[in-house]
Amino acid sequence: MDLGLLWFWIVAGLFVGYFVLDGFDFGVGMSLPFLGKDDVDRRVLINTIGPVWDLNETWVIVAGASLFAAFPEWYATMFSGFYLALLLILLALIARGVSFEYRHQRPEHAWKRRFDTMIVVGSAVPAFLWGVAFANVVRGVPLDAGHNLTGSLLDLLNPYALLGGLTTLVLFFTHGVVFVTLKTDGEMRARAHRLAIGAGVVTIVVAAAFLLWTTLAYGSIASALLSAAAAVALVGSFLANLRARSGVAFALMAVTIGVAVLSLFSSLVPDVMPASNDAANSLTIANASSSQYTLTVMSWTALVFLPLIVGYQAWTYWIFRKRITRASIPVEPVGAAPAGR
Amino acid sequence: MNELLDPLLLSRWQFGLTTIYHFLFVPLTIGLALTVAIFQTAWYRTVKPHYLQLTRFFGKIFLINFAMGVVTGIVQEFQFGMNWSDYSRFVGDVFGAPLAFEGLLAFFLEATFIGLWIFGWDKLPKGLHLATIWVTAVGSILSAYFILAANAFMQNPIAYEINPEKGRAELTDIWELLTNPVALAAFPHTIFACFMVTAGLIISVAAYHLARNQHLDTMRPALKFGLWMMVGAGILTTLAGDQLSLVMVETQPMKMAAAEATYNTVTGADASFSIFTLGTPDGVHELFSIRIPYLLSFLSTHTFDGTVEGINDLQAQYTQLYGPGDYTPIIWVTYWSFRWMIGLGLLHVFVAVVGLWITRKGRHPKNKWIWKAAIWSFPLSLLAMTVGWTFTEMGRQPWLVFSLLKTEDGVSPNVSGLEVLISLVAFTLIYGTLAVVEFRLVKRAAQKGPDDAPRPDPVTGDIRHDVTVY
Ligand code: HDD
Ligand code: HEM
Ligand code: HEM
Repeated sequence: MDLGLLWFWIVAGLFVGYFVLDGFDFGVGMSLPFLGKDDVDRRVLINTIGPVWDLNETWVIVAGASLFAAFPEWYATMFSGFYLALLLILLALIARGVSFEYRHQRPEHAWKRRFDTMIVVGSAVPAFLWGVAFANVVRGVPLDAGHNLTGSLLDLLNPYALLGGLTTLVLFFTHGVVFVTLKTDGEMRARAHRLAIGAGVVTIVVAAAFLLWTTLAYGSIASALLSAAAAVALVGSFLANLRARSGVAFALMAVTIGVAVLSLFSSLVPDVMPASNDAANSLTIANASSSQYTLTVMSWTALVFLPLIVGYQAWTYWIFRKRITRASIPVEPVGAAPAGR
Repeated sequence: MNELLDPLLLSRWQFGLTTIYHFLFVPLTIGLALTVAIFQTAWYRTVKPHYLQLTRFFGKIFLINFAMGVVTGIVQEFQFGMNWSDYSRFVGDVFGAPLAFEGLLAFFLEATFIGLWIFGWDKLPKGLHLATIWVTAVGSILSAYFILAANAFMQNPIAYEINPEKGRAELTDIWELLTNPVALAAFPHTIFACFMVTAGLIISVAAYHLARNQHLDTMRPALKFGLWMMVGAGILTTLAGDQLSLVMVETQPMKMAAAEATYNTVTGADASFSIFTLGTPDGVHELFSIRIPYLLSFLSTHTFDGTVEGINDLQAQYTQLYGPGDYTPIIWVTYWSFRWMIGLGLLHVFVAVVGLWITRKGRHPKNKWIWKAAIWSFPLSLLAMTVGWTFTEMGRQPWLVFSLLKTEDGVSPNVSGLEVLISLVAFTLIYGTLAVVEFRLVKRAAQKGPDDAPRPDPVTGDIRHDVTVY
């Protein structure tokens, strides 16, 4: 069996996990200004992802580490090549992560609003930039013979990549808003439901344009089929949402994102990072991967642990399955320190 | 100007700063997870309310700290590829595996179960809820093991083979890699040092309240706990450090020579350990020094007539082996960081023993200075930790992977000095701001003291915690 190819798909799977899971965290974060009319509302929203955002974010850490272990050459080229974009993503993730934990530590209005802003920005920036980064990988980047990326930042901000960024931005936004319809009730749920419909229309238009461009310019047969499947799921999610079937709508959004990511990965094979200037410089599954021995060790580890991980994470979601409402938010005594925990 | 925009220098500063920063939070995460688990277990078993109060109280500090550990950790994970791409290419086949293990085996565990612990108070049965904090604690200790195994490869590369065609090191034996003698020695040393830092925090906080005669029913037991933890962890850290010295002399003799600033090879009584030296910075002329004969020999070889190689001989030896170049780390850094680490560590054990003595059988010292001094145990133990790492990493220079790859050969060739300067400034600003915010929050939570324990419902007898919401 070709372990390099296997690990290509495992890495793809880890990114699917990351975008599907942290995707709705980003969406919920971005929805604060639209859905959170007052502080209690915003606390409801944050608490829908409270117990899980950290484990969702961990998917990108594991995806990154797996990339390092299984495709050191790819990891090195991509991370050094997208230096400033990744810097922005890191700063955003730092801002977002501390905000969840620090926002409730003090009762003052100004304190909370500052962290609200950080959550919104810290969610929107990565939601956009991950799309830009992956679109550039699909499009190809200029690489020298040593596999170092040669272009400048401006090359990365081409129209196709910007459309890719916009696509992930609106996809994650809608994904998050649909998640809110699934996790809340009453007034908040109604508001999220209306917003999801509006956002859904925009998402369908933008995503369709991006998937079409990808298919026409860089696609293979497999990626075209996957893109089509993603488009069908997206429309299905929209229709389910119209009928207020939140569970189905959310599941189909997850399918949309997952399949779209797989479509991008499948358009790469057998490359992992095509060189736009000279195909001879492209990074391929064969020349970027680790040795057979390392891949074998990694495969056994993944085989044993990934099912376990998925298992206990699913269990966590099950434990926290109940909807959250304004009534679930304990009132803080005015002026006193917030309820400690 | 060119100096200012040297990507190598800037990348080194950035890596050093961000890693030290990450490691300011990690020790508390490791130590407090265990502490909270212990207090919660005590509450589970005895149902005494003050244990619940302590669980909650240290749990809150733990969470404020945890957030910082997580967000700074992601930076670490990405930086290898961003700033050290040639390093990543060279060692990825070997070094990536422990990092991936860390993610798969430890980080997922921690990140999932911490959420269950924070939000699960009223949702999980009591025993299961207790288990979640234990799993978190185990996860954090596991993650330390894997990262130390990765780091050990840089100190003492083993279990690899060079693939000349690809120009990289390739893994030959995962077990050998994970049982690197450096990792086996560094792991207990680091973990116990983490417990010392945590003990330092507990002592500081308890001393603050006891000095004001408040929260006595929780802070007295907390102080006892902290003092015993400090003594125990301190002794174990020292023993493990002694073991680590032996391994270090074997794997990186230059580091020991640099730690002692011994320029010429010495034997027996001459292999003395200087507690304090004044001299010219290059160490050539010694002006004044206090020395303990034989101690260096004992530290390095566990015998009194051992030989410790000097910097000059090693430099000559390395030049022969690896070609011309400067193989000496910056001596004043290694010399002083080694002393501060050991000195502060021993001081802490001593102070904790004294503390146990003067508070024996419920005694309560009246002297304000005693309490004031005790508050320093947290910052100073954290300093010991930091200089320990500074010693380890700076003592390895000029190597990035000892004997295989120099630091200058690991840096990303296509990342410009300007880009690194931008990121360095950005990290410094955001980390600096967050340091202030986090310090104030921890201080505020610590000074406020434990909340009252929630009362059981008069009818059902249940305790509704109801405080687990962001
Ligand atoms: C509270 C913290 C603390 C204390 C009291 C000590 N250490 Fe330490 N030391 C560390 C915290 C630390 C550390 C920060 O955790 C390091 C950095 C790398 C490592 O594995 O542990 C370290 C590294 C380190 C190394 C370098 C290993 C290498 O580079 O391969 C040696 C030789 C020692 N220690 C030896 C000692 C001895 C002999 C001590 C006491 C007598 C001692 N340490 C006390
Ligand atoms: C958490 C404790 C650690 C601290 C405080 C620490 C500190 C430092 C410092 C101060 C430097 C800069 C050295 C110099 O520029 O001369 C450095 C470099 C480096 N360390 Fe560590 N380190 C730690 C752990 C690790 C671990 C666990 C790894 C690997 C897994 C690692 C890998 C590196 C690398 C790749 C460099 C960059 C190259 C260099 O500048 O030497 N460090 N570290
Ligand atoms: C330079 C090398 C290092 C890298 C790449 C690194 C990577 C990371 C990452 C990605 C996280 C976030 C995990 C999460 O989201 O849960 C993290 C947290 C953590 N790191 Fe590091 N780390 C480094 C140094 C160290 C060292 C030397 C230790 C221990 C000896 C350590 C122990 C921990 C622990 C216990 C956590 C989890 C607790 C927390 O999130 O605060 N790290 N690290």
